[in-house]
Amino acid sequence: MKISRDDVLYVAELANLELNESEVETFRGQLDAILTYIDKLKQLDVSDVEPMAQVLQSAASPDGALREDVVRKCDVADAILEQAPEAKKPYFRVPKVIER
Amino acid sequence: MSAANAWTVPAVREALEAKKLSARELTAEFYSRIERKNPELNAVLALSPERAYAQADRIDKLRARNEKLPPLAGVPVAIKDVISTRGIRTTCGSRILENYVPPYDATAVEKLESAGAVILGKTNCDEFAMGSSNENSAYGPVRNPVATDRVPGGSSGGSAAAVAAGLAVAALGTDTGGSIRQPGAFCGIPAMMPTYGRVSRYGLIAFASSLDRIGPFATTVRDAAAVLSVIEGHDTNDSTSAAVPASDYFEEMEKPIRGMRIGIPVEYFGEGMDPEVRAKIEAGIELMKQIGCQPVELRMPHTEYAIATYYIVATAEASSNLARFDGVRYGLRVHAGSLREMYKKTRGRGFGAEVKRRIMLGTYALSSGYYDAYYLRAQKVRTLIARDFILAFEKVDAIVTPTSPTTAFRLGERTMNPLAMYLADIYTVTGSLAGIPGISVPCGTTSDGLPVGLQIFGPRFAESRVLQLAHAFEKANGFLI
Repeated sequence: MKISRDDVLYVAELANLELNESEVETFRGQLDAILTYIDKLKQLDVSDVEPMAQVLQSAASPDGALREDVVRKCDVADAILEQAPEAKKPYFRVPKVIER
Repeated sequence: MSAANAWTVPAVREALEAKKLSARELTAEFYSRIERKNPELNAVLALSPERAYAQADRIDKLRARNEKLPPLAGVPVAIKDVISTRGIRTTCGSRILENYVPPYDATAVEKLESAGAVILGKTNCDEFAMGSSNENSAYGPVRNPVATDRVPGGSSGGSAAAVAAGLAVAALGTDTGGSIRQPGAFCGIPAMMPTYGRVSRYGLIAFASSLDRIGPFATTVRDAAAVLSVIEGHDTNDSTSAAVPASDYFEEMEKPIRGMRIGIPVEYFGEGMDPEVRAKIEAGIELMKQIGCQPVELRMPHTEYAIATYYIVATAEASSNLARFDGVRYGLRVHAGSLREMYKKTRGRGFGAEVKRRIMLGTYALSSGYYDAYYLRAQKVRTLIARDFILAFEKVDAIVTPTSPTTAFRLGERTMNPLAMYLADIYTVTGSLAGIPGISVPCGTTSDGLPVGLQIFGPRFAESRVLQLAHAFEKANGFLI
């Protein structure tokens, strides 16, 4: 067994996911099966292999330079706040995070 | 090809130019098709008639003044619901974005509209594009128009079904591990994943950023090329978009394919493949040989590691990308006393089972103590898989494989076993990891009438060669094999 019930609860905590009791049990079994399958990757010797962290090396600019950092008009603040579950312009509202 | 599919990009153009009908009438015709057929198929989630008719009227004004029409003038298209559309609800097939209306358009959408296309609405998909059957949508599964007891494939199942059923002339999908090509195969239409970076991802709601690509569904290879040539190109809003010039696909497609070497990797013809699928693909390869291609047997030794690699890389990236859905800025919020509790409850209620499973797997793979064993190792194996392709393309011009080991399966058949569902992505995830372009084209039907897809891979940025082969295959009646 690669994954215990405590592992599932710990990872759910890291991921900010509330799981119900049946999800905890189902995911434990399923993640265990998936991770057991993924162990296949251990068969390969990758000690001299570079990780593929980028698909295209600086595709946008072969010389490695990023585009110029210039301020552009972006007039969507109101439209974005309208989508918020709770907002008080110009802010998003959330439950209190800092105690006095 | 059925009457439902009679409309193509050139047919629309010809009808509009000959004044046989207006863009407004054509738009109305497609909306009435959707009204008739969508209740059964569930391929379309949201309609955008105001925007569509306004665009149709613009095209009709150009026609009235006898002005030159843009390349996709009046062509009715549908957009997968993970791609942002200004003013049109975009849910990603998820409850967590049930009421989300983007304030801007994805670059691909903006380009389609600038080229004259009429955006009919949004298509159903697996939640956040995670799935291979479209059964993971919070808005119900899509049914395959070829056989309605079957899945259309996924995750772009709604786009594939819409085009196959004649509810749109073309559609945009997204492909992360096969999500364009596999539903294209299951629904019997051409479906193309371009090279990573060829089409801007700006406005595509991210699943796995190093794998996600936008690409077209159409009923002919030419139409797929027509859409691709409009949506591709460098975009300063996407730092991974490539500044590599594209060729004129229409010119390239007509060039002779005689002498082209097509690689047939033995690893793609192993166990687990349906014998009828195998027979059709072998017949497809034989046809390519008859029209002048030279098959070359290949070995791609890291193929068997692709699924394991993919499901680590993709879920790790997903766990990070989906952290933004926390109830603060958009979508669902489940109220709670503290911020942390609000996050957890919102995500617990807003996400479906497959999305949670992948967030869990990805979070685990990135967590302290496991990063090297899983994520870093998977990135290294990804290098080896990409290298298999680089070496192969030193010997061959393109690679031909089946798109999927089976035809469309029945709804509910695989939902209980996520690993079995993942394993069926074996022929598509390799190309996703390698960043190369691939197309699935129809390659006949099995004895029970279900479509088989043949996949053609090319080297990075060799879309023109992939399209050239696919077009030659289509012209030689390969679709009907």
